[in-house]
Amino acid sequence: MTKSTGSEPGQNKPAPATPFTVSPIVAGPTCCVPECQIRIEDLAVSYKGVPAFKDVTLDIYRGCITAFIGPSGCGKTSLLSSINRLTDMIAGCSVEGLISIDGQNVRDPTLDVRALRRRVGMIFQKPNPFPLSIRRNLEMPLREHGLTNRAELDSRIEKALKDVGLWPEIHGRLDAPALALSGGQQQRLCIARALVLEPAVLLMDEPCSALDPLSSGVVEDLIESLRGRYTVVIVTHNLAQARRIANYAAFFWVKERAGTLIEFDFCRQLFEAPKHELTAAYVNGQRG
Amino acid sequence: MSPCSRDARLFWILSASALIASGLLLLILVFLAKESWPVIQNAGLSKFMRSDGWYPTEGAYGLLPMLAASMAMSALAIIIAAPLGVASALFCRFYAPPLISRMYRWAIILLAGIPSVVLGLWGLTVIVPLILAVSPPGTSLLAGSIILALMILPTVALTTEAALAAVPMTYWQGAAALGLSKEATILRVALPATAASIYAGILLAVARALGETMAVLMVSGNVVQLPSSLFDPVRTLTANIALEMAYATGDHRASLFVSGLVLTALVLALAAGARRSGGQIVHA
Repeated sequence: MTKSTGSEPGQNKPAPATPFTVSPIVAGPTCCVPECQIRIEDLAVSYKGVPAFKDVTLDIYRGCITAFIGPSGCGKTSLLSSINRLTDMIAGCSVEGLISIDGQNVRDPTLDVRALRRRVGMIFQKPNPFPLSIRRNLEMPLREHGLTNRAELDSRIEKALKDVGLWPEIHGRLDAPALALSGGQQQRLCIARALVLEPAVLLMDEPCSALDPLSSGVVEDLIESLRGRYTVVIVTHNLAQARRIANYAAFFWVKERAGTLIEFDFCRQLFEAPKHELTAAYVNGQRG
Repeated sequence: MSPCSRDARLFWILSASALIASGLLLLILVFLAKESWPVIQNAGLSKFMRSDGWYPTEGAYGLLPMLAASMAMSALAIIIAAPLGVASALFCRFYAPPLISRMYRWAIILLAGIPSVVLGLWGLTVIVPLILAVSPPGTSLLAGSIILALMILPTVALTTEAALAAVPMTYWQGAAALGLSKEATILRVALPATAASIYAGILLAVARALGETMAVLMVSGNVVQLPSSLFDPVRTLTANIALEMAYATGDHRASLFVSGLVLTALVLALAAGARRSGGQIVHA
């Protein structure tokens, strides 16, 4: 057997991900070596039999920022919360189809949901720090996941707060109530609270829409800084924001009373040369 | 009618209601002070804060044993009722199947509706003999505390449950998204978030316990003495008033109003203390 046959066990591995060659318009940053981390196939979510969305198939790439855009009521948030199975909490909600993260089936009934949610953090529209001190907000999730070493706790908290840029602002008053922070600071604290668990994926449901423009800008910069280290999926109604920060964008629209994925592409491609006329109308502000 | 004058009308109606409510409270306080004034003037307030005997017709006005009994009995009652009430609310809200939860809630509301005199009767025929078997005479501080605990448990349970029901959905979502267990979410998020309301419910319950008369009078023996054990019969301030008011005259009658004044002061002090510490508990 010669080396060139390629039938040796060592060469049976899938081909390594290669940087794609694309036109200048879609050439993204270097993080965008398309390695699929979250795979969604034929997914449908319905509430008490009423479909929120259906037939959604898309891949979410590791280390990239993927934006879900589209009008309200087209199932973006439902799709987001089915990734960390927060849909389990809603009575009457049923999910069909396949979601896998790093090859692991998220919908597997035997899956440890707590471990899944530790790997997949979520940020909500309205900042929701717990009514505890800043420190307790960050420390409690760590403790609940089994970390009790004081020094380790402190260093993880410090790192997370530095990651979100809150450290210089609040390091002297970690024991102050978290609810006394401003809206933007609260949202960054919530991001820190997710980061402190060292997740792989961050799901963000309109994280800036409840903030004033200045804070919104700060949080947006923060999200951008997470690129490459975390896989970020963000639902946003702010098209300009999606365009600024996202590598990939998915456009959803309501068809036959259920949300559906119209177009999924590189962000620039979707905004500058959309393939679908609905997308074109939406991103140009003519529809939706 | 123009919107402006409708507004003015509502303003006056509300102001008048507020004035009547606060005015009544003031009237009661003034009345208490006025009725007790003769004996305070004659004997001095210090004569009441002693424990050398309650013989009001002979000028001995030692209220201290009764004050101590009132406080001890309410304290014991809340020590029994608060954990039970909070635990039952948690069970009802988060762990019980819907049917059981509904039945349990009904039972709690029913318990709140039992007249105190009926609870007293029950205490006298069930609790007192049980305590008697352990240590005579049976009618005691402990018996009073148990009956009081039963009376105030619904207050604690219902206020706690209402507070838990008001925990915003965003906290539950946030906790779930962090992979917190149900137990951690309840103990580390929901309870701290509702601590102030639970605390307020407990204070409400203590105030009710301090003021409760009938059931306490029936089961606690009514001997004027500083209690030295749980099994000692005691007389509370409220029982003192109820027992003697019918035949008291002159300084004796006035001294009973002093009892009432002291009791009211105690409850007001409690409320004031609650206001001061209430705010801090939210972020404990």
